[in-house]
Amino acid sequence: MNAPPIDALDRRLVLATQGGLPLVSRPYHQLADQLEISPQEVIERLARMLDSGVIRRIGAVPNHYAIGYTANGMSVWDVPDERIDELGARVGALDFVTHCYHRPRQLPAWPYSLFAMVHGISRGEVRAKVAAIAELLGADCRAHDVLFSTAILKKTGLRLGA
Amino acid sequence: MATIDAVDRAIIDGLQGGFPICERPYAEVAARLGIDESELLARLQALLEARVLTRFGPMFQVERMGGAFVLAAMCVPEGEWQRVLEVVNGFREVAHNYRRESDRNCAFNMWFVLATESADGIAAAVRGIEEASGLPVFPFPKLKEYFVEMKLAVRA
Repeated sequence: MNAPPIDALDRRLVLATQGGLPLVSRPYHQLADQLEISPQEVIERLARMLDSGVIRRIGAVPNHYAIGYTANGMSVWDVPDERIDELGARVGALDFVTHCYHRPRQLPAWPYSLFAMVHGISRGEVRAKVAAIAELLGADCRAHDVLFSTAILKKTGLRLGA
Repeated sequence: MATIDAVDRAIIDGLQGGFPICERPYAEVAARLGIDESELLARLQALLEARVLTRFGPMFQVERMGGAFVLAAMCVPEGEWQRVLEVVNGFREVAHNYRRESDRNCAFNMWFVLATESADGIAAAVRGIEEASGLPVFPFPKLKEYFVEMKLAVRA
């Protein structure tokens, strides 16, 4: 987490690739031409950003609806603060949970502090998985809800200003 | 829903990470999949056009660049949905936005992620959206991440 922030040239590379990699045979050479630097420099900088975690990964981002995951449930749980790290680690380790976070409550409207994302091909499948989380939490679960996504309203990812 | 054949499936399942950084990365991946480089490029193009893929390229962690990535939500009355949606999506800082509903009639129905280049940018974006929409924005910054892995096999 202490990686130094990116420099100006890294930032230009982010700007040039945040919309996607060029779909050409030599994409890093095309970026090099565009940025007027050497292909080696592009390759080294991308590799460094991948190493330091500035780039999480390089690849395809599927629209999960289009690949069959029509049910996407954000399950949210009110659990005791002093237990949340242990419970979060156990819920996060379940193979069907794709994201798991401790987030602040927004009282009184929002009492939940543990968020676990569950994907499935139907709401029934997601609900069955949510029931398995409820069972794991047992008496530590004071309240919970599951919010299903009904529409992707925007999905552009990061956009730095030019 | 777009039709996805076995080759598309192999591309999507095999390419959610680990795309090589080398002179001809598509050729390398195509060889692994047993297809030509030109076929891989054409299929990626088609999958993007059909919106089966939303992007192809690097996924950045803005926190590692000194910025911030924060989930936020709003309770939007039905009659104001379209107006508020346009306001919220009009902000460049909004990276993703989802409509959500619960069985318990939870009023938090618009959930979006704010991505900004500096940590201060989040508060400014929250204020900006509140002023432009006239509705409160509730930020849910992550206090701790227990697990993150977003690699889903094709089930279509």
